[in-house]
Amino acid sequence: MLAQHLPALQVVIPLLAAPLCALFRRGFIGWLIAVAANWLAFAASIGLLIRVLNEGVISYAMGGWAPPIGIEYRVDLINVFVLLVVSGVGAVIIPFARTGTAARFNDTDQAWFYTMYLLALTGLLGVTITGDAFNIFVFLEISSLASYVMIAMGRDRRALTAAYQYLIMGTVGATFIVIGIGLLWAMTGTLNLADLAQRIPEINDTRPVLAALAFLTVGISLKLALFPLHLWLPNAYAYAPAVTSAFLAGTATKVAIYLFLRFFYTVFGGGGFFSSTPLPEMFLVLSIVAMFAASTVALFQDDVKRMFAYSSVAQIGFITLGISFVTEAGLTAAMTHLFNHAIMKAGIFMLLGGVMFRLASVKLEDMAGIGRKMPFTMGGIVILGLGLIGTPGTSGFISKWWIVLAALEKDQWWLVALILVASLITMLYVGRIVEVAYFREPSAKAASVREAPLAMLIPAYVLVAATIYFGLDTNWSVGLAQQAAADLLAGLY
Amino acid sequence: MEPADHILLAMLIPTVGALLIVLARSNPNLREAVTLVTAGLLFVNVLQLLPVVLAGGRPELFGFTVTPGLEVAFQVEPLGILFGLIASFLWIVNSFYSIGYMRGNKEPRQTQFYVAFAIALASALGIAFSANLFTLFLFYEILTLSTYPLVAHHGDAKARRGARIYLIILLGTSIVFFIPALVWTLAIAGTLDFMPGGILAGKASGLTTGLLLALFAFGIGKAALMPVHKWLPNAMVAPTPVSALLHAVAVVKAGVFTILKVSVYIFGSDHLLATGASEWLVYLATFSLLAASVIALTKDNLKARLAYSTVSQLGYIVLGAAIATPLALIGAGMHILMHAFGKITLFFVAGAIHTATHKTEISQLNGIGRAMPFTMGAFFIGALSIIGLPPLGGAWSKLYIALGGMDGDYWFVVAALMISSVLNVAYLMPIVVRAFFRPPDPDEHAHDHDHAPVVENGSFRSRIAEAPLLCVVPLMFTAFACFILFFAPDAIQGLLQGMMEVPR
Repeated sequence: MLAQHLPALQVVIPLLAAPLCALFRRGFIGWLIAVAANWLAFAASIGLLIRVLNEGVISYAMGGWAPPIGIEYRVDLINVFVLLVVSGVGAVIIPFARTGTAARFNDTDQAWFYTMYLLALTGLLGVTITGDAFNIFVFLEISSLASYVMIAMGRDRRALTAAYQYLIMGTVGATFIVIGIGLLWAMTGTLNLADLAQRIPEINDTRPVLAALAFLTVGISLKLALFPLHLWLPNAYAYAPAVTSAFLAGTATKVAIYLFLRFFYTVFGGGGFFSSTPLPEMFLVLSIVAMFAASTVALFQDDVKRMFAYSSVAQIGFITLGISFVTEAGLTAAMTHLFNHAIMKAGIFMLLGGVMFRLASVKLEDMAGIGRKMPFTMGGIVILGLGLIGTPGTSGFISKWWIVLAALEKDQWWLVALILVASLITMLYVGRIVEVAYFREPSAKAASVREAPLAMLIPAYVLVAATIYFGLDTNWSVGLAQQAAADLLAGLY
Repeated sequence: MEPADHILLAMLIPTVGALLIVLARSNPNLREAVTLVTAGLLFVNVLQLLPVVLAGGRPELFGFTVTPGLEVAFQVEPLGILFGLIASFLWIVNSFYSIGYMRGNKEPRQTQFYVAFAIALASALGIAFSANLFTLFLFYEILTLSTYPLVAHHGDAKARRGARIYLIILLGTSIVFFIPALVWTLAIAGTLDFMPGGILAGKASGLTTGLLLALFAFGIGKAALMPVHKWLPNAMVAPTPVSALLHAVAVVKAGVFTILKVSVYIFGSDHLLATGASEWLVYLATFSLLAASVIALTKDNLKARLAYSTVSQLGYIVLGAAIATPLALIGAGMHILMHAFGKITLFFVAGAIHTATHKTEISQLNGIGRAMPFTMGAFFIGALSIIGLPPLGGAWSKLYIALGGMDGDYWFVVAALMISSVLNVAYLMPIVVRAFFRPPDPDEHAHDHDHAPVVENGSFRSRIAEAPLLCVVPLMFTAFACFILFFAPDAIQGLLQGMMEVPR
């Protein structure tokens, strides 16, 4: 009975929990509600995964209204994989949120923060699970609006401009997406993704559909921060509170990537259509530029959070590079890295949250000598940083391995070279932090700090452990990604 | 215990040791005792595997599959047991020396030092016993990372710079060249397992083999083949026991061990000889060993000269792997052993001189043999072994490589080896001559009197001012071992012959 309604519960639980937090207006109670809701959402994702593995694609008619009249929630391997990432990363982050939030905000603001968090979670889960194009737009707006607030709550006043910047660019993106969806609706008379997937391939060379494609490409690319549409991201991640940065880095861009895959592979008709457009070449070039340009910019940042924000843009380049191959190996690499990067980057931002909590700064010069003062925090950052570089034994290596494999499969040796040289730049900026944190004399600020509180360390270390675990056992990460990639390529839905 | 247990223990013992060292950090004597006991246990444990391998056994231990084609698995074969024995044995000697040196020089952060050392040993044994390239690569990277804090130990600007170069070159080459080599090998052969006779024969053309070999030769930066040798001289900023670890115990040895292993078990001696794909490497290795010797001549800093000497000696091993005739491969394997004992002696001496007198430049060593006769005597023996003169171990390995070169019709190699030996004499012997036959510099005691108290009108004995006993005994021991090894070539050849046996 309960299992029957899991698709609805996935979204309804955090959606209902959000106003509850607002009603109670107590930080601690809000936090408890958020933890409970997020963990239940994670449990629902696991339940959905089990069901999808057992019975295949799940179609759920929201409110009992049969599609295409009602809204359909449709769960297959591809989106259950993303649901797991979103709710799982959230489930680790939310216990971490308590310490930092309680120290900075009064009771009411804390409650609002958790409300916003739950709304963002709802939106992201909704975008991922729904099988209705307009519903995607609605949920996208819910998550975006909530995340603007979450960014604006950063302790730095620049968080306000960062949130504003994101608001403008995010709204432009959402508008483009809704125009695209509108055009598709005008041409097919349906908003149901499964129906669209049947009707579009017949008319996918008509002008309105191509125009829709163009709008969707730009709109979604803005959301996933594809170079050069990434400009909102560095400031947003750098100045937002740690919880926000960790959550957005682990989930928001990942859901946008899912959306891209869903539209271009599923709705427009599998890998065949995607490779008939100039998009793969475009994505290839932009991904490579992202990998190099963003990594190079990261190398010269003095604010460590900003450094890792630029690193996110570069890492998204690795994911879109895999997508641009239009092969099973390429998509496997993309999905695997989506998973691995979510874990690593969320972990890094959480640990940096610990640094911020103790040091009140994440400037490189202030972090001098901090390796001795905060050994567990810095040790975790080093391990996750090694993951970003792609050192064997970490999940990052698995991502790199698959993307190199995919490039080799296409006989693109020059790409292999570029991928690996880009990893070198990653090594340089991670190395910069290590050197400052371990081999400089402690800065005046760092001299008196202690290790971050356990309530912050333990959740972060769950992700550190996951990074190592998924570097040694890839049955879940690569195994699921591989099946999802095959489905995507075939345009199955 | 089953042999498989010993394989697991080989990595487990140093890892547990590292943890115990952390726990014992507040009591230096206990901490050092942990290091010594761990090192001793490790050697005894590895030794248990030797008779099995000598009897033709190949003990195996399967770990797990990471992703299709990538497995963590272990297998002990002759080359691996040789490297495992060298590393674990020299760790014992080096630990004694470390205690003398680190305490004698009042080095900071000693706990961190011993922990990183133990982890480095665990990864070295992981490399030694790897059953496939992926497992080897995994431990290869851990070795790089665990030795980085050792190189950066002093923490000053110079140490940071050296460590940065160390990390960038070793990690960088492994990412840019080693990873594609792995992927390519897997794509061609369908496996990364080390197999007697290689896995590429009949699957890769001459050109492919040559290119792949290039990826390996430059991807394995630890082998310090020119032009990726720069990290080694830069890493000499580290304390001397670390230099010993880098040059003799584990790091460069892991590099040339990997090259040999790839040559024997991935490419296969027959395949390399049939395609001639490794010919270019013969030329490059010859150039590398000659050029490094010439550079060594120009260095006045003792450790820098020894560092370039190592680059040159590693060239011999790569050369043997590239010639790929059975004799050359055996010679190369043997040279890992002989060079390890010779070079560790020389570095121990450099460290002992530094501990006793704080001198680092060769031009300051006039007459130092009178104050430190045992130390400089050991230097003389170690140097002779490096040069390759009987009755010392180094004579045999160089002979085998030269004979292997003749087998492969590389006559210029024989000539180059002779020139190189002359160069070795030219950069090592002047140090001995200076130490024993030049009078001490007159101003020597002016700034040094607290280290070498001189009794006026004292006898010869009273002028002896050796380093602490814990420094001097290990270096005399390794020098003596160079002599013992002169009588062991048959045993080593017998062991290494096993790696040539291709199952029919």
